[in-house]
Amino acid sequence: MAFSSLNEFFAMGGHAVYVWAAWGVTALLMLVIVWHARQERRQLLNVVKRRVRRENAQRNAQPSHAQPLQEPVTSAQKDVRHDA
Amino acid sequence: MHAPQGGLVVAIKATLKRDLTLMLRRRGEVLNPLVFFALVITLFPIGISPDPELLSTIAPGLLWVAALLAALLSLDSLFRSDYDDGSLEQLLLAPQPLAALGLAKVAVHWLLTGLPLALMAPLLGIMLSLPAGSYAVLALSLALGTASLSLIGAIGAALTVGLARGGVLLSLLVLPLYIPVLIFGAGAVQAAIFGEGIAAHLAILGALLALALMLAPWAIAASLRISING
Amino acid sequence: MWAFINKLRSPKWFYAISAKLQPLFWVAATLLLGVGTIWGLVFAPEDYQQGNSFRIIYVHVPAAFLAQSIFVSMAVSGLVFMVWKIKVADMAATVMAPLGAAMTFVALFSGAVWGVPTWGTWWMWDARLTSMLILLFLYLGVIALRGAFSSRDSGSRAASVLAMVGVINIPIIKYSVDWWYTLHQPATFTITGRAAMTMDMWAPLLIMVLGFYCFFIALTLMRTRSEILRREANKHWVRELAEETN
Repeated sequence: MAFSSLNEFFAMGGHAVYVWAAWGVTALLMLVIVWHARQERRQLLNVVKRRVRRENAQRNAQPSHAQPLQEPVTSAQKDVRHDA
Repeated sequence: MHAPQGGLVVAIKATLKRDLTLMLRRRGEVLNPLVFFALVITLFPIGISPDPELLSTIAPGLLWVAALLAALLSLDSLFRSDYDDGSLEQLLLAPQPLAALGLAKVAVHWLLTGLPLALMAPLLGIMLSLPAGSYAVLALSLALGTASLSLIGAIGAALTVGLARGGVLLSLLVLPLYIPVLIFGAGAVQAAIFGEGIAAHLAILGALLALALMLAPWAIAASLRISING
Repeated sequence: MWAFINKLRSPKWFYAISAKLQPLFWVAATLLLGVGTIWGLVFAPEDYQQGNSFRIIYVHVPAAFLAQSIFVSMAVSGLVFMVWKIKVADMAATVMAPLGAAMTFVALFSGAVWGVPTWGTWWMWDARLTSMLILLFLYLGVIALRGAFSSRDSGSRAASVLAMVGVINIPIIKYSVDWWYTLHQPATFTITGRAAMTMDMWAPLLIMVLGFYCFFIALTLMRTRSEILRREANKHWVRELAEETN
């Protein structure tokens, strides 16, 4: 162990600001990246699910049609351009 | 029926001639970069200090950066008017390799922008109290360097020619790629001032140009296809 | 090998196989980063010259390595896309760029912060930081170019060309900046310019570097899968999949 107490560990020999700023920003950024990636996936799945549900509802509402109507593309459904 | 080799030379000559004629007709496009160069150089003593001693120490870098920016600005004229009137599309349809024809266009561009910048630089060097013994190197390094800048810049110009506000994006794309040329170009002038060997710097500038000559034409052709077919 | 490449043509196949690979890399990343963090922050001895600020190395160096590796991966993916027309390669390249830019930023930030106790200044135009800064601009250029086209395919091809041009330039830029820096600053102090790091100093560094790479692979797999969902949303298999997931 390079430190003899928890206080010493946090103090980092006087360099606390620098070490914790660097490590803190890195950790925060990586966590945000992971959170965003999961959020993105959830959102995309929801979009597809909603569309499937809508098409199923349409199909059920019009049983005389052999094929389900092709849904017109609305702005909500257009390929969401990935926002870097 | 011309042999393919004859067809290529003919096509290159035709492209050279056409671009030269067109550019010389648009005298503004040829003069603008030069005026910009002079203006930017004028800004620095005003913004920093008129002290000749101070200016002389930063002159090599200032001259090179200003020339580089002027060259960047001139890239827009490389493909845009041809894109607008459809002749760029015709170039794509030509049977001759697009890389060769693109190279011809870039050569004309350098002849009418890069080279004049290089020749004008010593005049501006006087205004910045550039120390003696470096004027020739200034012109030579700029002549070599702007050739590379034209080639590299042409890739960016080809990628952005079809975009609405491609100008700013072009700068973002191209400036990082310009940095090695800047380092060795300005370095050559500084070496001349301190009496050190300039051969190494000029050799590297030459090597960068050789590399650009080998690789850029293909990238330019691919980029033109993307911009037109997209 | 060609069979593999042909399988890659099917986003569906990639989606399925990456589902199995992803957890492995997440677990590996978590373990490696956890062990590396504790070892580097708590157990590694402090540097006789820099004290405890040297511990920044355990995030700075991995981030810097990743920043460069990701650009290369992105360029290779772009090449695969252009040559073999494999869409998944382009999807991977699309998601790699922002992570690469983020890692470049981390390298810059941690490097600058490290500079304060080391050089007494918040920014230093030394070779490494300057190269990193230029790399950040290259990343931003690729991201901006991809987004500037109204046609996704044009944006993809343009970004691929730029990434390939960029990757050729990176060693040239590094060499030029190194040369420029040594010319202007003869008394160089490089951040990792130490005679010899003892094993209990560089072992955690190696673990952190591996951890960061596993993080990169795991995240890229995850976001490429999302990109597949985004682009292939019309496909039957995607709809079925969405219905199955809760």
